[in-house]
Amino acid sequence: MFEHYLSLFVKSVFIENMALAFFLGMCTFLAVSKRVETAVGLGIAVTAVQAITVPVNNLIYNNVLREGALDWIGLSEADLTFLGLITYIGVIAAMVQILEMTLDKYVPKLYNSLGIFLPLITVNCAILGGSLFMVERDYAFGESVVYGIGSGAGFALAVIALAGIREKMKYSNVPKGLRGLGITFITVGLMAIAFMLFSGIQL
Amino acid sequence: MKKYKDIILDPVFNNNPIAYQILGICSALAVTAKLETSIVMAFAVTFVVAFSNYSVSLIRKHIPSSIRILVEMTIIASLVIIADQLIKAFAYDVSKQLSVYVGLIITNCIVMGRAEAFALQNPPTMSFLDGIGNGLGYSFVLLFVGFFRELIGSGKLLGYSVLPLSTEGGWYSANGLFLLSPSAFIIIGLMIWGIRTWKPEQVEED
Repeated sequence: MFEHYLSLFVKSVFIENMALAFFLGMCTFLAVSKRVETAVGLGIAVTAVQAITVPVNNLIYNNVLREGALDWIGLSEADLTFLGLITYIGVIAAMVQILEMTLDKYVPKLYNSLGIFLPLITVNCAILGGSLFMVERDYAFGESVVYGIGSGAGFALAVIALAGIREKMKYSNVPKGLRGLGITFITVGLMAIAFMLFSGIQL
Repeated sequence: MKKYKDIILDPVFNNNPIAYQILGICSALAVTAKLETSIVMAFAVTFVVAFSNYSVSLIRKHIPSSIRILVEMTIIASLVIIADQLIKAFAYDVSKQLSVYVGLIITNCIVMGRAEAFALQNPPTMSFLDGIGNGLGYSFVLLFVGFFRELIGSGKLLGYSVLPLSTEGGWYSANGLFLLSPSAFIIIGLMIWGIRTWKPEQVEED
């Protein structure tokens, strides 16, 4: 059992990296990777939110939305899966809000360092994507916890690595039209090729 | 009349959502391995942006600003569910290939960004056209990337053989790298380079 969870974790961090293999959360990924310090903050925030929302959405999906899940109140034929999207985004927005208030009250230092990133996470597609992949792959509750943490950690790893590269790139002479966004795209492309090396690994 | 034309055409090259505003990149990269999925996705996003802009603009004077994000999210999510169900009904195979990315239109920053930046300040017709324009700008990038990835990666366009493959007795040996995800980044990077060489005012100075 432990081995199964471990391999799922490694898989979600490296082989199925949210940012570099599925291109999720790209907008924040490109916009917030100019400095390592802010990238670390964003990475922590994404991991925390992901670790909470994926299991919560898993519970909602299995106990309310799934076909036949409402058996206990006599609606054995109800299939609410089409309401999935609007439910998940609602849960994510609510969770981000709760997390924000909790951090503000108990860990104000971390709250201040995360700043604007927390609210922005609501519209980060990596978070919604995590919940959608969880549903598509039919994870059980335990698996969804591991998957949530793993996919968040994978995103954090990718964004910190890119920020490191971009900090060094300030010293290089990039062609004019490529400066900024263009060269970042190409860098991420090369990083994604490097991450593809993991895809051959069987766990 | 000219104003309306500008609203539609400006986001295509001058203020492109992907190449200039850095919005809505995620889905643009993931669905472009084939031209067919790119076309369906382009239609879905244009539909959602146009109608969400229209709806947000209709009720813009009645939304309290403290809960506007929630209201916008609900409108967008409902439209995405409609688009998702339509694609499932009329193009089931494509919807399987698009997997989660149709649902991810909700978090596509173009939709939210245009609702916030344009629809909240402008009347419905103009917002609708702005939505169409930004949808076209997004579609342009998607079709451009999808065209090259399918052509170079498998020698086909929309499933029809254009460059006969050497494995099937032709002369073209496919470059498999273009079917894999990283190529999309590199194609968009080079495209941005092209656009900025053509329109130097977009160049960023770091």
